Amino acid sequence: MLHNLSVGELAERLRSRELSSVELTRHFLGRIERLNPALNALITLTADAALAAAAAADRRLADGERAPLLGIPLIHKDIFCTDGVRTSCGSRMLDNFVAPYDATVVARLKEAGAVMLGKANMDEFAMGSSNETSYYGPVKNPWNTAKVPGGSSGGSAAAMAARLASFTTGTDTGGSIRQPAALTGVTGVKPTYGRVSRYGMIAFASSLDQAGVFARTAADAATVLKAIAGFDPLDSTSVDEPVPDYPAMLDAPLKGLKIGLLREFFDGLEPRNAALIHDSLKVYTSLGATTVEVSLPHLPLSVPTYYVVAPAECSSNLSRFDGVRFGYRCDQPKDLADLYKRSRGEGFGPEVKRRIMTGTYVLSAGYFDAYYLKAQKVRRLITEDFRAAFQQVDLVVGPTTPTPAFDIGAKMDDPVTMYLNDIYTIGANLAGLPGISLPCGFVDGLPMGLQLIGPHFSEGRLLNAAHLYQLATEWHTHAPRGYE
Amino acid sequence: MMIDWEVVIGLEIHAQLATRSKIFSGAATAYGAPPNSQANLVDLAYPGVLPVLNAEAVRMAVKFGLAIGATIARRSIFARKNYFYPDLPKGYQISQYEHPVVSRGSLNVLLDDGTAKTVGVTRAHLEEDAGKSLHEGLANATGIDLNRAGTPLLEIVSEPDMRSAKEAVAYMKKMHTLVRYLEICDGNMQEGSFRCDANVSVRPRGQEKFGTRAEIKNLNSFRFVEKAIQYEVARQVELIESGGKVVQETRLYDSDKDETRSMRSKEEANDYRYFPDPDLLPVEIDEGFIATVRATLPELPDEKAARFARDLGLSVYDAGVLSASRELGAYFEAVLAHLGSAHAKLAANWVMGELSSALNRDSVEITASRVSPAALGGLLARIVDATISGKIAKDVFEAMWAEGQGADDIIEKRGLKQITDSGAIEGVIDAVIAANPKQLADYRAGKDKLFDFFVGQVQKATKGKANPAQLKDLLKTKLGGSA
Repeated sequence: MLHNLSVGELAERLRSRELSSVELTRHFLGRIERLNPALNALITLTADAALAAAAAADRRLADGERAPLLGIPLIHKDIFCTDGVRTSCGSRMLDNFVAPYDATVVARLKEAGAVMLGKANMDEFAMGSSNETSYYGPVKNPWNTAKVPGGSSGGSAAAMAARLASFTTGTDTGGSIRQPAALTGVTGVKPTYGRVSRYGMIAFASSLDQAGVFARTAADAATVLKAIAGFDPLDSTSVDEPVPDYPAMLDAPLKGLKIGLLREFFDGLEPRNAALIHDSLKVYTSLGATTVEVSLPHLPLSVPTYYVVAPAECSSNLSRFDGVRFGYRCDQPKDLADLYKRSRGEGFGPEVKRRIMTGTYVLSAGYFDAYYLKAQKVRRLITEDFRAAFQQVDLVVGPTTPTPAFDIGAKMDDPVTMYLNDIYTIGANLAGLPGISLPCGFVDGLPMGLQLIGPHFSEGRLLNAAHLYQLATEWHTHAPRGYE
Repeated sequence: MMIDWEVVIGLEIHAQLATRSKIFSGAATAYGAPPNSQANLVDLAYPGVLPVLNAEAVRMAVKFGLAIGATIARRSIFARKNYFYPDLPKGYQISQYEHPVVSRGSLNVLLDDGTAKTVGVTRAHLEEDAGKSLHEGLANATGIDLNRAGTPLLEIVSEPDMRSAKEAVAYMKKMHTLVRYLEICDGNMQEGSFRCDANVSVRPRGQEKFGTRAEIKNLNSFRFVEKAIQYEVARQVELIESGGKVVQETRLYDSDKDETRSMRSKEEANDYRYFPDPDLLPVEIDEGFIATVRATLPELPDEKAARFARDLGLSVYDAGVLSASRELGAYFEAVLAHLGSAHAKLAANWVMGELSSALNRDSVEITASRVSPAALGGLLARIVDATISGKIAKDVFEAMWAEGQGADDIIEKRGLKQITDSGAIEGVIDAVIAANPKQLADYRAGKDKLFDFFVGQVQKATKGKANPAQLKDLLKTKLGGSA
């Protein structure tokens, strides 16, 4: 079936004209219509624009153009601004917001000829690990609709798992690509901080946010990443570093690859989960890699550190949502203070408010040193730990999450337990490192993820390691029942 | 017993940098455009947009720092100053807090009594301006104009080194001269391109500890700075002497009522929650960049004044006036290029005198003067070569100003050429003496003052064209010699 084919396979069919982009687009639109109501993975569907873009792609294909994503359907996380299309960020605050411009990621994929089908559901302003904080309601996990798909890019992950598009985009501030990828059994890539432009991506925590991709395979992810990565003069924190030809690096042999096993990731890990990771390592040793245990002594501090840094930045980033120029405005404000208080009070949901308040607190006079500055120091120590580890090994591995997908509603009343779900992913964000989550098996019928983390700008090597793993295994080919 | 109060003043000057586009966006900075026509998505703080630093603003700040002998930070950091206000679209202002680009400089100021004073400059940092709230013509609503939002500002913070309102004004004027010399600010105070906040306190003379200060916000003319400080000093002294206490607060100067009013006290002050802006990288400045900027520094006002005094023999006062603006100095030097530096004093008198009053009278900028430096040089050359007298030259200048012709054309056309032929002057003298026998007798009897009467009569007869020096010599001989 078309929806199970990789981007590479589809591109070949499109070029040979045995398949048109319009046909492919209709196929996915049909699946969305049929399957999405049970999942709630999409906030906005742009069927007409998609068919028009597909027709335009078909003309380019007919002219002999051979761009790798030309005519390939995708879904964007609703955090990316899309010109003329509602960009809600999962919030009531932006329910009425039609972006007047394209994010750089969106513009690059548009230029590459990829076809946007719609916008994916997400945790409100990307704040959440279960996609339950969305103004548009929770997203259901296709593997078991009583379970969460993870968050904050839960809609993108669920859409990928349900085969509603050939690939989807996401963003990862504390694990928001890797964690939902793990919980839905798809491949998720979070690039190095600065590798992909943040322009047009609605900011949550600017020093941690990074755009990335969900795909069927690491090879597909390599193709998409190549299209979206690279310096952007509109984002001062994007890095002016050449973009390697990731697809060309996929098949490099792994002989001599040194893999570090993160000791801290295995402390107290559920045995069945640990067994899956050890099985994965056996695959790697069979491919010629060697493994050694490494330690990141400050990593256990990553969750508290993150929950100071991220809220601090978000409290400031979200100040622009004031009811004055765009977005939600309360009815009949009495005066300026009333306009601010009610627009923000009514426009933001509880988790967003919780983080704004936490962030405001840690930046306040008298608390700044004890929280914000201290967190920055610990952040440097964690970064140093990773640097030291990468002097011994090429990449480090561990589980992506402590457990498989949990029940919808199970953790909503306990934010700290919810936050601990990101314990294995946050470190890479604090250190700005690239990471990948790959399907590596099942626990209780739910998918689990293997996480690979590499040094800055090692995406090529990570994708290579992921690709060879996927050639040797078939976990990534499993589809949830009803979505095959 | 009367306490002798000492006034302590520090100024925070906001100079709008003369970049074409804003500090973090590509929108234009021109003044006076229709509301919100110069605010793009970045200025409007749309979701997802990011700031990109305008390198030209950094270059200007470095230029300023070099001109005041300051330290240029090799690494400076932009921070967010968080507060809610409708004219602040992001809900924070991007500014520099702990690590400004410029620190520890100084400025020499010449006071009215002729003494010089050095005022310390603590720091100068880059930041963005906010927009404006508009109330006029809007019923039950406030309009927001974000054209000014994101305009680059250099905030120049002085040490509390000034001891009177006049010193504060002298410092501000000198800073105004400097930023225009450097071409980093247009200095237009009506449009708010150059404005300041004044920190004012008083203490008994001899006391080391500073008194509690009040900050007077947004003063946009030299006169307001002087009057606001004078009012504030009187208010503080009166308050203390009547048993009260000055509280630390922000005050606003009302120029209509000539008084300052409390805006908010320290207790009500915002907690701005400064933290480094994660959207912007630290600004790294290397020696090469500094050298490049240094090479663009013009001759600075103090250097120019010193050169005028040293090389041209001008008085310190004249040298100061002629170097007070770059355009004035350039005009003066262009006149000298035609006239020769030997006549610098004459040129200085004319530029500061006739020319300046004509410019003031008709509100014309010196760069648009109706008499060009070459034309003025041509006129002064006719004084030097005795073609006309200084007195006639003033008439010729007025004619040049009105008609736009050169000095020689006007002298020729109006027959103003000075009479230097001794024979001709003697003839007129003889006729005047013959016509005034009584005055001649009185003069010879010792009424010396009548000499000026005869000079006047001769000039009247020649329509002022007789060479004054020759006339005096010949008249003296005639009146006395033949007696």
